[in-house]
Amino acid sequence: MSENAALSSIGGKDGYTAPQRFTITVEDCGTASCLSGERALVALERAQGFGRLKNLPRKLPVGCRRGGCGICRVRVLHGDYRKDAMSRAHISESDEAAGLVLACSIYPLSDILLRFETPIRVNDVVTSTATI
Amino acid sequence: MALTGVLRPGFTQIRVMDMPAAIEHYTKRIGLHQVTEGADGRVYLKSADEFDHHSIVLRRADQAGVDITAFKVRQDSDLDTFAGRVADYGYAVDHVAAGDQPGLGRRIGFRIASGHRIELYAKADQSDPKPAQHNPDVWQIEPHGMRARRFDHSLLYGPKIEENLDFFVKVLDFECAERVDMPDGLLAIWLTAGMKAHDIAFVNHPEPDKLHHVAFELENWNDVGHAADVLTRYDISVDIGPTRHGITRGQTIYFFDPSGNRNEVFAGGYTYYPDLPTRTWDETQVGKGIFYYERAMNAAFLSVVS
Repeated sequence: MSENAALSSIGGKDGYTAPQRFTITVEDCGTASCLSGERALVALERAQGFGRLKNLPRKLPVGCRRGGCGICRVRVLHGDYRKDAMSRAHISESDEAAGLVLACSIYPLSDILLRFETPIRVNDVVTSTATI
Repeated sequence: MALTGVLRPGFTQIRVMDMPAAIEHYTKRIGLHQVTEGADGRVYLKSADEFDHHSIVLRRADQAGVDITAFKVRQDSDLDTFAGRVADYGYAVDHVAAGDQPGLGRRIGFRIASGHRIELYAKADQSDPKPAQHNPDVWQIEPHGMRARRFDHSLLYGPKIEENLDFFVKVLDFECAERVDMPDGLLAIWLTAGMKAHDIAFVNHPEPDKLHHVAFELENWNDVGHAADVLTRYDISVDIGPTRHGITRGQTIYFFDPSGNRNEVFAGGYTYYPDLPTRTWDETQVGKGIFYYERAMNAAFLSVVS
């Protein structure tokens, strides 16, 4: 089954309008289809499963998927989204204002472009980010 | 009765970012009951199979993680004994008055080398629902959700777990049931105050005061399967399982609450007696020790904490 067929089966209930579909582009890595109301990270996990993030240099950073662990930190370079609460241990208010979010806790409202900025631990403290 | 001093895990206080979602998760899905809500907004939960007032405390915060891991001791005078022993070890001891948490007596608290706050208390009122005492049925209220029977243990991540091991054994009279030693040092310890394979466990980790998981006990392997059905039906984020641990032999699933705190539900595990040896694991078999069927740790085991 293709990714598009898989997505159609999600939306196709009786008397139910199929949700909007947006494209998530991971900078230089590939694209994923995301339905409105879906966590960006979940769409990326599915796309990875269908082999659509071929240029991702390593496995998608997936942790709690609920905004607590900070593993799936991304910078949104373009596009609109709504977001859930994210742990302030990982996303400060200034991070959030600069478009740094957790991919598990944002729901695209348009096509979006993002870049992974996974936390790196240096001297036991999170001091910087790396781009994967 | 041979068990004295520290008896068992009593309660844990965890931080949640969305209180209504957390209450729904821990009551409807895991199967606990809400006992009460405190004036400061903390919410107190228990399993219907527990007598004591509460075993899980939820505190609204802007980040996930754990505030307190508390153990129940046999009698009030134990608190004074342990306060002295902890202070003699060199840790500052503070006192929390009765009533800070509803239904609980006075507590003593201290911070251990890994950065975690540990508390001890002796007195807890009973609360409903609870098991019957006379001619008891197997349950008074029909179990629901994952049918969790009790808060069982926590796995905590932080530095200096060699000192945690020394402290728990020398000061709190725990035993080390199992340990993992890697070429570069001690990776993990499973400690018990009684006859369970573990009441608390620690993994060596650079950041202090982190939570790996809070675990709830289920009756059997069938209930672990039922819990997996609940996880899929309600689209709860799963880490791994159903599977089994080589260490402790528990049959298990790891998943996450709505704030990203990892939970475990598990069944089984061997009985520990204080005369038994410490079981040891090395780097060649640690994967089997952590996840017995996969025979490898998943990427999240050592890196995903709250």
